[in-house]
Amino acid sequence: MKRNLYPLIFLGVVLGLPLVMRDNYYLHLMILFLMWVVIGSAWNLIAGYTGQVSFGDAAFFGCGAYTAGLLSHHLGVSPWWGLAFGGFIAAAVGLPFGWICFRMRGAYFALATLALNEVLRQVATIAEKFTGGMVGILIMPSFTSKIPYYYIALGMAVASIASLRWVVHSKPGYYFVSIREDQDAAESLGINTHLYKMLSLAYAAFWTGIAGALYMNYMGFIDPHVVFSLHDISIMAILVGIVGGVGTVYGPAVGAFLMVTVQEMFRSGFFGLFQWLGALSGSESLAKVAVVLTQAHVLGFGILVVVVILVLPNGIVGDWPKIRKRVFRLDAGA
Amino acid sequence: MDVFLQTIVAGVLKGGLYALIGIGMTLIMGVMGIINLAHGQLMMLAMYVTFVLSLMGVDPYIALFIAMPLLFMLGVAIQKFLLNPLIKAETILPENQVLMTVGIGMVLTEIVRFIFTSDYKSVTTTYSERTIFLGNISFSVALMIAFVIALAFTGVMFWFLLKTDLGRSIRATAQDKDAATLMGVNTGRITVITFGLGSGLVAAAGCLLAPVYYVFPDLGGPFTAKAFIITILGGLGSTVGAIFGGVTLGLAESLGATYFGMEYEDIVGLTIFILVLLFLPGGFKRLTKV
Repeated sequence: MKRNLYPLIFLGVVLGLPLVMRDNYYLHLMILFLMWVVIGSAWNLIAGYTGQVSFGDAAFFGCGAYTAGLLSHHLGVSPWWGLAFGGFIAAAVGLPFGWICFRMRGAYFALATLALNEVLRQVATIAEKFTGGMVGILIMPSFTSKIPYYYIALGMAVASIASLRWVVHSKPGYYFVSIREDQDAAESLGINTHLYKMLSLAYAAFWTGIAGALYMNYMGFIDPHVVFSLHDISIMAILVGIVGGVGTVYGPAVGAFLMVTVQEMFRSGFFGLFQWLGALSGSESLAKVAVVLTQAHVLGFGILVVVVILVLPNGIVGDWPKIRKRVFRLDAGA
Repeated sequence: MDVFLQTIVAGVLKGGLYALIGIGMTLIMGVMGIINLAHGQLMMLAMYVTFVLSLMGVDPYIALFIAMPLLFMLGVAIQKFLLNPLIKAETILPENQVLMTVGIGMVLTEIVRFIFTSDYKSVTTTYSERTIFLGNISFSVALMIAFVIALAFTGVMFWFLLKTDLGRSIRATAQDKDAATLMGVNTGRITVITFGLGSGLVAAAGCLLAPVYYVFPDLGGPFTAKAFIITILGGLGSTVGAIFGGVTLGLAESLGATYFGMEYEDIVGLTIFILVLLFLPGGFKRLTKV
């Protein structure tokens, strides 16, 4: 029970949060955070546990989002059906892709996923009659309040973490890790590595697709550049995984929280801190700093990528013993 | 028939530039075993160097000799301080270096956007628009100069790789890093020099492209993708392959643009890429054995 203690306490806090926090802005950030937990966990299974780094999570995210959007656009059914089908469509895209591309190893596979994302984005842009092209798809959100979305996202996040835990402690989970550690050794022990890599990819694609469907429902608008974005989706998913901890169950949750916070910090100029300071002290230069920071938010994000990889290659959860030792001067065992 | 010939000419001329981009990438790929996803962004940086110099009245082809050393030094710094430390780090994922290049690419793009804003700039010269007609087929002067210079650089690169000590060390490191180390090659230094060379070559491509193209911060991404397709087409680590790959991509793009429509230009490249992966894994290298 002890190892479930912290996650359960955290879950309790998150469950009660909307009762205390009425501000829509922070609820919005929390919904994004929960969505990233889902995507990050999915990425962590395929990359962190199976060792097949995917640079193209946006491909599956976009598939899910477009499934939800197109269902409502063409068939007139509720976009919530996207939650049911989005994951399967994404997995259906992922499986043949995996069947072909899992012949490649390591960085080559990563690059193939990158290409998959490019292809899907181009297709979504060009097939104007079907997808609306660059105009995108606009739907009316079902709820005006953010609280229903919050609980749906929370349910998905919990389900994805629970299923990740279940998978990595099951037999296929151990197969995945063995593939990551040494594919040839795994093969020689009789593991069908091609099959298990595809299973892992299907799982990741499924959850990422569901997150995409949620995004469509929540945001109400998508276009090819939003959902098939390399920087905003694929790289963000990798960062969530890496910052939190590659190959750990709760790592992506930590990573998602940090990344959403940091991204918003840069976007809003440290939550308006500098603007506020500038107004307080009446100094022009501080207000200017605020404006400059907001303009440079992607730059800050990029620098973060560089710094994180240099300093914390295994993420906060993965490098936790190291952090404890360095920062708190504690021994890992103590 | 004229349309077809014109398309071929345009494709081959463009292919010469692509080859130059691809050679830089393939060198880095061969020696370090990673794909440099900041390659296009380095080129974009070189184009901005050309742009700034052209504002001061320097011709793009002279700016080439300023941009190349600058980018060489930047490449050296990137490899030395950002990529090499990662080799020692203990981590589960070996792809950290690739991811690092993505981060570097983002930082470069955003710094440039920050300084120059997202506006499209252009480097105009007297010969930017000039064309020569041979029968009914037009040859862009700027692209022809670019093609010739690209060929020259490729030749020099070949001579360097085949005949000089440093070039031999680079090839040795690419073939077998451990064996090269045992033979007394300082492989750490070689990786640094190679990244510098790759950056310098792509800088040359940027300077040659600047007079015939727009200059804007987001230019890097598509060209990284192109460089990567060229490298895969030609076979990883193969310099001859990069030339073939560059010309093939150039041809395919202009054929696609002429016969399917402009919006399919990028898709044609990606389709060829996937076809090559499926039917000719290893690229043209498999056919030429170089």
